[in-house]
This record gives sequence, structure tokens and C-alpha cells, in this order.
Amino acid sequence: MSAAKSPIEVVAPEGVQLPIFMDNHSTTAVDLRVVHAMLPFFTNHYGNAASRNHSFGWTAEAAVENARGQIAALLGGDAKEIVFTSGATEANNLAIKGAASFLKKQGNHIITVETEHKSVLDTCKRLQREGFEVTYLPPAKDGLVTPEQIVAAMTDKTILVSIMLANNEVGVVQPVEAIGAAIKARNPKCLFHTDAVQGAGKIPFDVEKAKVDLASVTAHKMYGPKGIGALWVRRKPRVRIDPIIDGGGHERGMRSGTLPVPLIVGFGKAAEIAKAEMADEAVRLEKLRTRLYKGITSKLTETYVNGSMEHRLPGNLNISFAFVEGESLLMALKDVAVSSGSACTSASLEPSYVLRALGVGEELAHTSIRFGLGRFNTDAEVDYVIELVVKSVERLRTLSPLWEMHQDGIDLSTIQWTPH
Amino acid sequence: MAYSEKVLDHYENPRNVGTFKTDNVDADEVGTGLVGAPACGDVMRLEIRVKDGLIADAKFKTFGCGSAIASSSLATEMIKGMTLDQAAKISNTMIVEELNLPPVKIHCSVLAEDAIKAAIEDYKKKHAK
Repeated sequence: MSAAKSPIEVVAPEGVQLPIFMDNHSTTAVDLRVVHAMLPFFTNHYGNAASRNHSFGWTAEAAVENARGQIAALLGGDAKEIVFTSGATEANNLAIKGAASFLKKQGNHIITVETEHKSVLDTCKRLQREGFEVTYLPPAKDGLVTPEQIVAAMTDKTILVSIMLANNEVGVVQPVEAIGAAIKARNPKCLFHTDAVQGAGKIPFDVEKAKVDLASVTAHKMYGPKGIGALWVRRKPRVRIDPIIDGGGHERGMRSGTLPVPLIVGFGKAAEIAKAEMADEAVRLEKLRTRLYKGITSKLTETYVNGSMEHRLPGNLNISFAFVEGESLLMALKDVAVSSGSACTSASLEPSYVLRALGVGEELAHTSIRFGLGRFNTDAEVDYVIELVVKSVERLRTLSPLWEMHQDGIDLSTIQWTPH
Repeated sequence: MAYSEKVLDHYENPRNVGTFKTDNVDADEVGTGLVGAPACGDVMRLEIRVKDGLIADAKFKTFGCGSAIASSSLATEMIKGMTLDQAAKISNTMIVEELNLPPVKIHCSVLAEDAIKAAIEDYKKKHAK
């Protein structure tokens, strides 16, 4: 059989190279400036940063300390407060398990939100099995939680509140400054952790202003390499957590293991660039996002944005295309990397729990597409994607019995379906 | 997920899309199966047109992933020209084999089998009196 020919012809304009990467919440391309900063630490400066007695070690250590400063500057903290990890999953695990373990004599209650990343939720679930109590707050329809909601859930046993800065699926930005202030007003000893992975380097975030004690970040969401993250751990007043990885006592005993110097150098450079260029980049990305949003919604009806449009990462757009199943749309967009909240794209065969927590109906959750615009996307790419999305949705709607019924004025909720 | 060529072909060029409703076909000749649920992420509607005891034509529309669209498209091709009894014997494993569906997509083939059976049942119900 000959290769299947697409029934939709959308020609990529000059200057647009396929495939297009528009999935910048999953990861980002490494900025070439970052790659150049890293290379010498693979080739010439390959020393172990923990080697104290020769120049190879000193060079590596100096590079690591420089990177700590670059990352701390992005977060508004001090270089000594950076604990390197393998990534954000480990940073979230360390923050939550480490704090819970250290503070278990003070209390056993943790508060988080239903829309957090799995590395927070599953860590909390494990702690529940070990005897901790966890409150999972439901967000409002726009994805936001309020400081009042959090304070109302706090008890004298609450030792930790973990609230993400920005959500990875819908890009909703939580009011972390108001949340931090409210937590500390209720109980200054209660720790505040934020998973800042999606927000750091994209929107203004300052550990002092947000009164956080622990903040997780990772390099590969900000045009740095994969395999390196960090937990920012407050020193004043000193926040103490138990390690989850024991060994040589690296990172002030909080995370043992030889430091991956090239990755750390890359992380530092990525953070430095993000800090310098964030303001301009945010304006540019929001313009691209508006272009994408208007381009799609001006041509298609029955589309629904998931999550607050106002409190949102500039590069995020999450839309449900009613009556078109998400995975089938991803197939049509095969030259564009985006992702879907459809069950068919997940290992669990359940639609996105984030969308469900926002009260998005299952039938709409199955039809959602997440667009993640980033540093290297262009107007021309967005225009191509608009045309492809519009034509693909129109085609798939002609195949959809639900679209036909909707056009005929049939209320789908009145039909006796056969769930399977 | 890497799909087989056959799935891609049926997805890109689905066979027999539509409904007999708009074709001025005598409703007595038609049996309709509507299976699945929007909340589960797939709904198939498969229609058969029966003449002289044979399935003369079949049409479908599907809301679902690429495998679901391909499974129902293939199902309409398979049953054309069959008797109702022959069509009722089509099992999901035949669709799985023909399309090379991965294990996680087997439920799509089950839904297509259900859609065929539901359409036959609907036709028989109409003619039971």
C-alpha cells in the first residue's frame, strides 16, 4: 500500500521548517548560547567539583558556584540556597518528603491542589500511606486557588503547603505572593513550597516576595539541558529538610552525588538568559498566543479555552475543540508537536485530571489540545498551525456523529449512551 | 504512538463516511448502531442498508481516536455484500489483525464489532413485526 496521502493540503510558507515544535511545556530546545557555555565542561574542564586538591576540581567548582549565582539571581535568592537535583521531579520529592520527614514531630498535615504535577500529587499520596494527612484543594473553574481557601484548610498540624506557580497543562498562574503572605500570617512556621518549574524564567517570580521556603526549578523548561534541576531552600530563617538520597554529603548534605558540571553550567546560562530576556520574551509570546487564539477561534465555532485567560503563562493556550477527539486531531497535526488531554494519549486511558479538576466535562476534556509557544516559535509558524488546525477540525467534524447531531439541534445529554 | 500504514490510510481516507438519512433512502432498509459515549472519548455510528437479505451498503461516522476511525471505516468495508448472519460473525480480532492495532487500541475494534451488531439488531427490530 502506498503511503497514506493527507486529505488536507496546507503548504508550509517559506521559512517554516517542519516539524514545528509547539510543545514547550513538555520541554524546550536548548538555546545555542547554553550549548556553547556547556561544551568546554565536557572537553577540557571535566573535573569533579568536589575535588579540592587540583585545578580540574577548582575549575569545575568555580563554574558550579557561578551557575548557582545565576539560578539564584533568577529566583531572587542567594547562591548558597541552591540544591542541585536530577530534575524537578526529584526537587519536588525532596521538598515534600524532606520537609515532611523533618517536621513530622510538629505535625502531619500537608495542603496541596488537585491540579499539581504528578510528582507532587504522587509524593503526597505516598506520604498518606505513611500516616500523613493531605488536603487536596479543588481549584475554581478558572484553575485558581485563593489564599482564603488555603488558610481555611490550615490546622495547627499543618506543616507544609505546596502550590505550583504555573500549571503545566493550562498555564494558569497562581497568586503565590498573596498565598505566601496568607500562609505566613496564619502560621509563620508552616513551610510554603512552590513547584516553579513552568513559571520560573517565564513570568516574574521572587522567592522573597512570595515568602516561599522551598522552590523547585528545572533547566529543560527554560532552554537548558535535561537532567538537571534544583531545589531552592531558604537559609534565612533556615529551612531544614531531611535528604532522600544519602552519600558523600554534597549540597550541604541535602542531596549527595557527584554534580553534573556541564549540565549545571548550562542551567546557569539558561537562567541568566531567561532573567535578561524574560520581559521582552513574555510580550512576544503573548502576541503569538493572541495571534494563535484569534486565528483559530475566528474561524471555528464550539471551541473552549480551558483555564483563566487573564492569569496565564504567556506561551500557553489550551483549547477544547468540541466533537473532535484530541488524539485524532493530533494525528492530523502530525507535523506540529502539541499535546492533548485526551485519554487516548495517556497511559492511564483517563482524560486529563487537570481539566477534570477545573470542572471541564469528560466529553470536552477528550477534545483538548495544549499549545505551548516558546522562544523559537515564529509568526509564520503560528499562521501555518492556525490553517492546519482549522482545516483538520473541519474535516474531523465531518466525520463526527456528535457534530452532526449538534448541527441537527440534538441535545447530546439526552441520549442514552453505552459507556464502555 | 506509531500507527500501521493501514490505520493511517483509513484515517486519512476513511471509506463510506456519512448517513443514509440525507440520501433519501427508505428508512425501512436501514439499520443503525450507535455505540460508545462522548465521556469515554469514542462514539461510533454505523448504518447498514439491507436489500434482498444482503448488506448493500454501509456508512459510518466516528468521534474517536485514529484507531477508532480506522476500525469503523474498515468495518463498513468488510460487511458490504455480506448477509446479516455473516456480518454478525465479524469479531474484533479480525479488525485488530487487519489494522495491526496495538493492545492499547483493542477497545476500538471491540467498539466497531459492537457497532455492526447494534446496526443488525436495529434492522431486525424494525422488521420483527
